[in-house]
Amino acid sequence: MTTTPKLVIDNVGKVFSTKSGKVVALDQTSFTVQEGEFVTILGPSGCGKSTILRVVAGLEEPTTGNVYLDGKEIHGPGPDRGMVFQSYTLYPWLTVKDNITFGLDLKGVPKKQQDEIAGHYLDLIGLSGFEKHYPIQLSGGMKQRVAIARALANEPEILLMDEPFGALDAQTRAIMQEILLKVWEESKKTILFITHDVEESIFLGDSIYVMTARPGRLKKNIQVPLPRPRDYQNKSSEEFLALKLELLELIREESLKAVKP
Amino acid sequence: MWKNVFTPKKEIAKPLYSGAGIATFLLLLLVWSVLTYGGFVNALFLPAPDKIVSTAVSMFQSGEILGDIGISFSRVLSGFVLAALVGVPLGMLMGTLRIMEGAFEPIIGFIRYMPASAFIPLFILWIGLGEGEKMAVIFFGTFFQLTLMVMDVTKNVQNELIEVSYTLGAKKLQLFRRVILPASMPGIVDTLRITFGWAWTYLVVAELVGASEGLGYMIMQASRFLKPDKIIVGILIIGIMGLIMDIIFKMIYRASFSWMRKEGS
Repeated sequence: MTTTPKLVIDNVGKVFSTKSGKVVALDQTSFTVQEGEFVTILGPSGCGKSTILRVVAGLEEPTTGNVYLDGKEIHGPGPDRGMVFQSYTLYPWLTVKDNITFGLDLKGVPKKQQDEIAGHYLDLIGLSGFEKHYPIQLSGGMKQRVAIARALANEPEILLMDEPFGALDAQTRAIMQEILLKVWEESKKTILFITHDVEESIFLGDSIYVMTARPGRLKKNIQVPLPRPRDYQNKSSEEFLALKLELLELIREESLKAVKP
Repeated sequence: MWKNVFTPKKEIAKPLYSGAGIATFLLLLLVWSVLTYGGFVNALFLPAPDKIVSTAVSMFQSGEILGDIGISFSRVLSGFVLAALVGVPLGMLMGTLRIMEGAFEPIIGFIRYMPASAFIPLFILWIGLGEGEKMAVIFFGTFFQLTLMVMDVTKNVQNELIEVSYTLGAKKLQLFRRVILPASMPGIVDTLRITFGWAWTYLVVAELVGASEGLGYMIMQASRFLKPDKIIVGILIIGIMGLIMDIIFKMIYRASFSWMRKEGS
């Protein structure tokens, strides 16, 4: 795959002005994501990894640099970049089905077609039969699955995920990772996924970018040698454990830096 | 039955909870009865409970009170509806657009500390003694608080909910109509419930001066002719009307926002 990259992050940097002066949240950063690639960004908390994602989503203006999607510079948020947040962002007044079709409805897609698309994604995330439920009646994991379905139903060019499983317990998180991989294999979407969890970054990603602590900067890019499709058993393979050890080392250095100023 | 009665924040048996409420009412009635039937206070200042009941019955039977209730209710309603019609959209805009907040928050925050009753002379000067003046007092008493409360409700819409809507393709107007409005709806209905209660408290103030009918007027007349039983009946009617409206608002709330309850519908 040496065609033009799906997403180009070109010299993107972000400086926040605070009362006590300027804070560099993100040093000038460049990388690319290929069509259909699953890229994870791994970093300690407060390293500016969310800033990258928010800039790509168009929710924040970069101080320097540009982001290109399919060769076109992005300005502001748009439906071509779907997003899943760590906090639960389902519309509580809409049913599961109406949440999934929210974007389609905005576009004026005919109801019948909306129903078909919703049915497809409900099936994909394993929540058929829940279409009439309201978010309050769902568990955390189910809510995030609906959030993923809602983003995908809108057919974005790229799916941006900001620690989507961060608020879930370890067991639910492991299951969500497998569901996400299944959804990704099926939809062949390009995914940019932020996490501070080393295992998660390896298990999901084709390619991992490790970030430094403040100021945030890309420290290393690692290609994940694990075969596809993956399941939970891959987590105990030798390559997995070796990679995990290497990344833990890298992250530990950065976390220590963040703790000791 | 008596478990947890004095444990902080613990649930207690349901009959105990409702029983406590009834007991408080009965206690008040008891104190009242002892004071009046025991001859501790002059009936000219505080009539006995049975006198209140008989006065209420005769007032309803003669029908004189019904007209007062009707006119008072329509005053409260019209003043309040006007306040809500202006206050809800304005509050929502102030909670959403910083420029609107910047423009209106300081002035509303200032005016709301001015007592509505002190404006009555001005209103009479400007509007005269008619229905417009009564409406103005009730409007003035509720509008500013209502607007600020709606602003707060709208401001509290989760920011991520707005951001995710942008990534789903929402335009600004769609964002307002399809996200901010439904997200703030429960808070707005609750605000209306609370401020409608306040509107009732401004009724008597509005009818103090220059009124020739209405519950407030009736109370003032009763005071002039030394009829404390009529005053108390008037006060009780206002209280009960307020309570009924409160219950109606709560029913609307429950019926409209089933999505807020785990068990659904």
